[in-house]
Amino acid sequence: MLTGTRGILVMAALFAIAPWAGLYPVFLMKVLCFALFACAFNLLIGFGGLLSFGHAMFLGTAGYVSAHAAKEWGLPPEVAILAGTAASAVLGAVTGLIAIRRQGIYFAMITLAMAQMIYFFCLQSPHTHGEDGIQAVPRGKLFGVLDLAQPLVMYYVVLAIFLAGFAVIYRAIHSPFGQVLKAIRENEPRAISLGYDADRYKLLAFVLSATLSGLAGATKAIVFQLASLTDVHWTMSGEVVLMVLLGGMGTIFGPVVGALVIITLENYLAPFGQWVTIITGLIFVVCVLAFRRGIVGELAAWLERRRA
Amino acid sequence: MTEIFGVPTQALFGQLLIGLINGSFYAMLSLGLAVIFGLLNIINFTHGAQYMMGAFAAWFLLNKAGVGYWWSLLIVPIVVGATGVIIERTMLSRLYKLDHLYGLLLTFGLALVIQGLFRNEYGSSGLPYQIPQELVGGYNLGFMFLPKYRAWVIVASLVVCVATWYVIERTKLGAYLRAATENPALVQSFGINVPRMITLTYGFGVGLAALAGVMAAPIYQVNPLMGADLIIVVFAVVVIGGMGSIMGSILTGFMLGIVEGLTKVFYPEASNTVIFVIMVVVLILRPAGLFGRER
Repeated sequence: MLTGTRGILVMAALFAIAPWAGLYPVFLMKVLCFALFACAFNLLIGFGGLLSFGHAMFLGTAGYVSAHAAKEWGLPPEVAILAGTAASAVLGAVTGLIAIRRQGIYFAMITLAMAQMIYFFCLQSPHTHGEDGIQAVPRGKLFGVLDLAQPLVMYYVVLAIFLAGFAVIYRAIHSPFGQVLKAIRENEPRAISLGYDADRYKLLAFVLSATLSGLAGATKAIVFQLASLTDVHWTMSGEVVLMVLLGGMGTIFGPVVGALVIITLENYLAPFGQWVTIITGLIFVVCVLAFRRGIVGELAAWLERRRA
Repeated sequence: MTEIFGVPTQALFGQLLIGLINGSFYAMLSLGLAVIFGLLNIINFTHGAQYMMGAFAAWFLLNKAGVGYWWSLLIVPIVVGATGVIIERTMLSRLYKLDHLYGLLLTFGLALVIQGLFRNEYGSSGLPYQIPQELVGGYNLGFMFLPKYRAWVIVASLVVCVATWYVIERTKLGAYLRAATENPALVQSFGINVPRMITLTYGFGVGLAALAGVMAAPIYQVNPLMGADLIIVVFAVVVIGGMGSIMGSILTGFMLGIVEGLTKVFYPEASNTVIFVIMVVVLILRPAGLFGRER
């Protein structure tokens, strides 16, 4: 039940009826954007074994580019989102080429440092409006027909984008490419000795992950009509790691569950200020010490045990 | 007024001094990270928070217990180092058999908790810490004014760094440590208590961070987030230097501090990012880092 196309259909149906079950579309759209971001990140850590600590740079950069395109250039939302996604793809190719030169812990530190560089760039560039961010981004009309100012229209568009991104990741994982990626994660020298160019696979996974993170960020900027420094800051990189860790690294639906839980938590804890950070940190500690398979991973293991 | 490359010498030397000060802290912090990484194979993300704890502990001792700067230099590293020992015993020691990335994630979580708790209590504005009486004032060197406290920080951190290098590279204890880095099982079979050595090493690395925090307290404001962004720069320093060599991380720390200071003079817009740019260039030319060995 936890894998396969049936699971995807159930998930799609649940999200499709969610706004009719009393959940706010804006909240759900936030969950969907972060779920796509987390799924893209999971492709890298869960299937490629690469821990990037700088994924906020893709979310944030795409957000800025699409917000700028929609507001300053007056481009329609679909073009703005594509522009943001493309920007992240390019950024992913450049940072990927540099970061895959080192492995493991170094990879994490390098991506973190490069994201910090992008952060300072965004802080100083006149186009991003510094601390204010790009505000009042018009949602516009998708393909000139669908009025995205309507919350429900916007919601179903975001859902469609999320499902498309999810399908791409699902296909990638279950393709020969995904199999090779897993082989590299498990034993890189052996994969190389079998004739696979490990660096090329890692780079491709990195660019794919960056692109889909960008898609999430660009969509998020249009939904919230805002692109700000929060999305490029290292705390955001940490947050996506947490979502995937909590939901279950290397599982198909884990990142979605993780994003749902963390966004819900943040919603309820928002009035308590710093407690969000403290509780986030505590979840990290507990997950690493006692709960490494994450919610979906533990659930799958439990079902497995019961069947046996 | 004299000028070099169109920049007044006063500004040049002033920024050079700031660069050297920053470099002192980069060196001490990356040294601690390198020592911890060498034996534990863990990148200690909590390092920035522990540096901040050091500064806060000094502030506490002065304002709540009336204990001055000089005693703080001794007491704070021991106390904060002890909290490190507790962290290692209760949490990190469970992770050695797992992928190294879990150590990074755990220490990241701990850093969030510690920084969150301090921010809850003290907000994000800084608390002032007085320069100790003996070090108020400065020397007039003719070409610039050198505050005594800053001179002390540079000298003291150099001494701490060199002493650490000496202990690790030239003493018997250091030899055990280096041997355990290479092959812990073999060293243990010679009757050396490797787990205790690991615990104490972590405590020592954390103590170094706390010592840096005490020394930083009179220069930067004591602030819950003082270590948060600094640690990312220190990570870049570590990547540039390569973690293979102790002397390498010390030299890289000082060198990058100076480069950063000079950038502030000649191209201020890039002063935040110059270290990251250098990191990228080093990774392209010499992926193992300036002093590192490819493992």
